[in-house]
Amino acid sequence: MSVAGDNSRALPWALVTPALAWTLLFFVLPFIAMGLSSLTAHEGGAFTLANYSQFFTDPSYWRAMVNSLEVTAIVTAVSILLAYPFAWILAEMVPERWQRLALMLAVLPFWTSYVVRSYSWLLVLAQNGVINRALTDIGLIGEPLQLANTRFATVTGFVHFFVMLLTLTIFANLKQLSPSYRKAAADLGAGPVRIFLHVVLPLTLPGIMVGAFLTFVLCIGDYITPQILGGNNELVMPQLVMMQIGRRGDFPLASALSIILMAVVTVAYLACARWLKIERA
Amino acid sequence: MRAIVRFAAWIYAIAIYGFIFLPVVVLVLFSLQATSFPIPPFTGPSLRWYQAVLSDARLTSALVNSLLVAVLSSLASVTLGFLSAWGFARFVLPGSALLRGLITLPLTVSYLIIGMGLLVLFNWAGVPKSLLAAGIGHVVINLPLCFAIIYSQMGDHQINIERAARDLGAAEWKVLMMITVPVMAPAIFAGFFLSMTFSWDEFVISFLLTRFETTLPVEIWNLLRSGLNPKTNAVGSLVFAVSIVLVVFFELTLLRRKPA
Repeated sequence: MSVAGDNSRALPWALVTPALAWTLLFFVLPFIAMGLSSLTAHEGGAFTLANYSQFFTDPSYWRAMVNSLEVTAIVTAVSILLAYPFAWILAEMVPERWQRLALMLAVLPFWTSYVVRSYSWLLVLAQNGVINRALTDIGLIGEPLQLANTRFATVTGFVHFFVMLLTLTIFANLKQLSPSYRKAAADLGAGPVRIFLHVVLPLTLPGIMVGAFLTFVLCIGDYITPQILGGNNELVMPQLVMMQIGRRGDFPLASALSIILMAVVTVAYLACARWLKIERA
Repeated sequence: MRAIVRFAAWIYAIAIYGFIFLPVVVLVLFSLQATSFPIPPFTGPSLRWYQAVLSDARLTSALVNSLLVAVLSSLASVTLGFLSAWGFARFVLPGSALLRGLITLPLTVSYLIIGMGLLVLFNWAGVPKSLLAAGIGHVVINLPLCFAIIYSQMGDHQINIERAARDLGAAEWKVLMMITVPVMAPAIFAGFFLSMTFSWDEFVISFLLTRFETTLPVEIWNLLRSGLNPKTNAVGSLVFAVSIVLVVFFELTLLRRKPA
């Protein structure tokens, strides 16, 4: 009511239109263009479902999707298992005044460039890298291990990133937990293990699910880590997409593969959203 | 028993810290390598690879490009995000929830797919690959972020200050510039700095949408073709240093004000 005046109708639209127009023009429209492109055999060709049927019939394409899902599942599980106890130690055992610093240190490498972070793991895992060198020097192994250009390397690079991310989310979750729940359980005679399993863990589960979903989405859509650390021995979906653009300039097929990848993420989101809702109820 | 558990917990925490810091320490340490391979044994310290980076015109121009794209795309993101947040927070608009959903939608889509979409569209429209194209992509990913941050911070007490200003006869643009922007400054800065760090580090959109003139992450990617190289370590350490400065600055200037 205080904003009454001649411009009261024009002004709000003038404020929101630029952002909406930007989103429509550079997000929605490209998406439509990609959808249309995916339905052609080559740029400007007739409509066809060939790109999609190629994905479903060619076993090597299937393999990339299976690899993506496997790597993502392993990364999500390992990251949560490593991050949860770590976040717990930071939240429960580190004195209050040092917690902020401890947390900041725990996520410091988060701020290295993404490309550089994967490259750094290559330095660690290479044939003549730090780990192989250390292991041969103490005489644990005679020949250097093949660590780089493997799924193990991809998973390690990913886990490194997501342990930091999940430590943040789980730490925040643990801190929000009121200590009275635990006191109540202790008063009723529960030991520390039972308190954890029956009180703390269930209460932090929604937060874990949010973190797990975030891990899933970021991991399955990432090109850099598998390309640098995994190499070309075993392709994941984003590598397959980039390959179509790079080597063959096949935009329609790349578009179709991107849309399939996005569909998988959407399904995961819907599954997760339902689960989370049940959890909160 | 308790002591053993405590001890095990500390060992575990140290092990995780070790895991988290291992690649960064290796990166920075071997950036100081005196010989040509960033692998043990360590032969430094030497600054020759930092010199090599700073005298490499491709890398330094990529660094300038990256800063340019980051600053300009973040300015655009924060401006569009702020204006739309203000519009949605202060006025009742038909279909508001839906439209706000539309603006934040890009947050749920991976960068690869946003980049692919723009590549296909620009290819059709005949827009050449350029830094501008990459900058447009960066606004697409950062605008929703700025919008969400600023929108979430627009509370009722700020409305009252704006009302007071209007009642005292301030024109709408004056309210905006002299009341809303200063009051919202922390959220605006937060949006700007987050956008800066994301744009600064963004790879795949820049990779798809630029060709000759490119950003630093893409140029670093090109360096990787030559395998393990202390020069890559040096440039990576420099990028890390810049990010840390940004983060510390962010931490000191913004997060400290929060309790007020």
